[in-house]
Amino acid sequence: MIAFLIKRLMHAFVVMFVISVISFAIQSNLGDPIQQMVGQSVPESQRAELREELGLNDSFLVQYGRFATNALQGDFGYSYFFNEPTTEVIQRHLPATLELVIAATIIIVVFSVPIGVYCAIRPRSALSRFFMSVSIIGISIPVFLTAIMLIQLFAIGVDFSPFPVDTGWGQWLNGVLSTEGGMPSYGRGNDLTHLFGTWDSNFFSLDGLTYLVLPAVSLASIMLPLFIRLIRAEMLEVLQSEYVKFATAKGISLKRIYFVHALKNTMLPVITVGGVQLGTMVAYTILTETVFQWPGMGLMFLEAIQRSDIPLIVTYLMIVGLIFVVTNTLVDLIYGLVNPTVKLTGKPA
Amino acid sequence: MIDKKTLLASLLGASVVLPLPALAQDSASDSDPVTLRMAYDADPVSLDIHEQLSGGILQLSHLTHDPLVRWTKDVKFEPRLAADWERIDDKTMRFTLRDGVKFHTGNDFTAKDVVWTINRLKRSADFKAIFDPIASATAIDEHTVEIKTHKPYPLVLNLATYIFPMDSEYYSGETEDGDPKDEIVKNGDSFASRHSSGTGPYEVVSRQQGVKVEFERFDDYWDKDSPGNVDRLVLTPIGENATRVSALLSGDVDFIAPVPPNDLDRVRADKNVELTTMSGTRIILMQLNQKRVEAFEDPRVRKAFNYAVNQQAIADRLMKGFATPAAQLSPKGYDGYNDSLEPRYDVEKAKELMKEAGYEDGFSVSMMAPNNRYVNDAKIAQAVATMLSRINVDVDLKTLPKAQYWGEFDDRAADIMMIGWHADTEDSANLFQYLTECPDPETGAGQYNAANYCNPELDEKVAQANVETDRDKRAKMLQAVEKALYDDAAFMPLHWQDLAWAAKKNVKLEPVVNVMNFPYLGDLVVEQ
Repeated sequence: MIAFLIKRLMHAFVVMFVISVISFAIQSNLGDPIQQMVGQSVPESQRAELREELGLNDSFLVQYGRFATNALQGDFGYSYFFNEPTTEVIQRHLPATLELVIAATIIIVVFSVPIGVYCAIRPRSALSRFFMSVSIIGISIPVFLTAIMLIQLFAIGVDFSPFPVDTGWGQWLNGVLSTEGGMPSYGRGNDLTHLFGTWDSNFFSLDGLTYLVLPAVSLASIMLPLFIRLIRAEMLEVLQSEYVKFATAKGISLKRIYFVHALKNTMLPVITVGGVQLGTMVAYTILTETVFQWPGMGLMFLEAIQRSDIPLIVTYLMIVGLIFVVTNTLVDLIYGLVNPTVKLTGKPA
Repeated sequence: MIDKKTLLASLLGASVVLPLPALAQDSASDSDPVTLRMAYDADPVSLDIHEQLSGGILQLSHLTHDPLVRWTKDVKFEPRLAADWERIDDKTMRFTLRDGVKFHTGNDFTAKDVVWTINRLKRSADFKAIFDPIASATAIDEHTVEIKTHKPYPLVLNLATYIFPMDSEYYSGETEDGDPKDEIVKNGDSFASRHSSGTGPYEVVSRQQGVKVEFERFDDYWDKDSPGNVDRLVLTPIGENATRVSALLSGDVDFIAPVPPNDLDRVRADKNVELTTMSGTRIILMQLNQKRVEAFEDPRVRKAFNYAVNQQAIADRLMKGFATPAAQLSPKGYDGYNDSLEPRYDVEKAKELMKEAGYEDGFSVSMMAPNNRYVNDAKIAQAVATMLSRINVDVDLKTLPKAQYWGEFDDRAADIMMIGWHADTEDSANLFQYLTECPDPETGAGQYNAANYCNPELDEKVAQANVETDRDKRAKMLQAVEKALYDDAAFMPLHWQDLAWAAKKNVKLEPVVNVMNFPYLGDLVVEQ
């Protein structure tokens, strides 16, 4: 166990090193940060001065060496835009992103497991077919579009009246098709609960939660159908296996077979995929946060790119690399709990 | 001015969001406080109004500070902190300052604050260049300031729109860390970037960079005649166009800017929202690089390019009427605006000129344009490329995000480059100096002249105009320069980008908009 964790720590280190080298190497393609920092009419001589001051004229190796030496001491540099250490900027933006990912994960778990299992148990029922076709649509629509549609439907509201408004039934049908709007369309709102450090939470007040709903749903929209389909496929396979047939023959109640014996084995591959997808979700937060102006790391990163805020970009990428390694480590640990025959260190059982 | 405790707390990250409900309660005790929630595409990078010369900072300047004079809608001057002014001689301008003006700290505003501010502007990397003509500023008495220029300089008033007096007493001395409070730091922390004290209608009460800035009306604001009735302002940056519009339509914010042209119809159609537009002063043009392409040295080819492009169609169809087709650099209202110049468009004429110049079969050129800097920039470039194909010019177009584009622009990496320009001084000479003068790295002339067009005669005329203090005479000189550039087809003017703001019906934007891209919110009336 300890050996395993140490090994993973080394992994994390290597990953972060590689990311930092790569992001440093491409920085000349990210644009000129000076351009973002000064007005358009500032003469070239002033720019050159500033460039020299920031050490942007030094060679790649000198710049990287300086960065690496500082980074090893925990100093990842100053953000050009925020004028603060990048780690502090990220610390401030991290909670918002984590909350969004947690909320989306809750939505995914709460919906994907029952729906997936149902679709596997009753593969031919009308409801299952409905879920399957909806999930195909869900996978195919980009997060960006889902988010904008959600805003239009639930924040702005849609007035849709194809039916005659002067009849009772027409009004009712129009009412069904139209939406009121009224959900908040951007940001985290004001009613945040302070937890600790830089963490202010949306989870502890009704108002806070209303801000969380639309972004979390749109972030979940891409993964939810994927997981429904995955759970359904795995479950179908498990239900074909010998031990389920024996259990049925033995007279164990169907409920117990489905939810204890079969589900457990279904979840193994789902956890693996889930761990990988959690990382992907961090990537999708860039889109979701941009549309909803959610003040998290994704939005911060996108803006950092637009502003050529190189120190912030490098730090973000390294931290996302770290998140990937950490989540994969956690997945492996959980995997061991669910299936004790798996040995972490990779030695045969 | 920010409360120090709040500041420390937010610096430490101990409390990122201020206890806002408490604030709301405080103001609730007054009679119906008016809150304006506004969304811009970006928030100011700093509270130090001398740190960057950008739209965001100038907009902040008008909230927390007041200029000596400011622009009106028809490009005229309106007295603010300077009650009156007179020209003493060619090189001297005397300003009489308003009496009884207080800073947010309670300090009195006097002539020495103006002198202090001008000296600080002359140190700012961003403002230094435009304040270069000023030799000195002297306080004659408590409320009189004399500004002397090196040479006779006609644009002292234009510069005065940039002089937002800062509270010199507040910014004097050193911080606990021993840094001077008045230092201007581009990359890093400084006292002025976190603290602010001006004479403006609003004080900053909290600021979370990239998330929101909150302002409250300054109780002792000098302008008692201002109709403005907004007590509290909340500025949220929403970079994504669709989201900004949605936030307005769903009622989450009261006022947005800029309004993306693709959403103009959507905003117009909404019955709760009103769109305010006016023609802007930012010129969008294409520069034909004579150093890279031999053919561009021939004025006939340059003219042919101008004749081939249908500016009206771009303004009508692509920009959906959100632009004014241009034939010159100076927009209407500028001294150099020459009303005899009309956009050229005649494909047959263009073909003829190409034939005359010996390029009947056309040639290939490369073109670059940004894709997120100006309104519809990439689409405009595509349209121009298509139009040029009608005179057999084959365009290899590359569009880039602005962060990458400017590097390429500085390298003059393509034969044709797009640029948009707004004169910081709201004056034609600035346009010529940056866009058409012979490039000279020493003096900074022609810094954005990617055409490499060079006509020393015209440069001389502009230089003369810049020491001519008779405004009418000067206007004639500048108009002659516009005419000469037009006859020479020095560049391909496309249009002036219009300005648009959108707000809820009860927000009366119309009276406070002006040529600068930010309404004077201190005078804004929100009907209850």
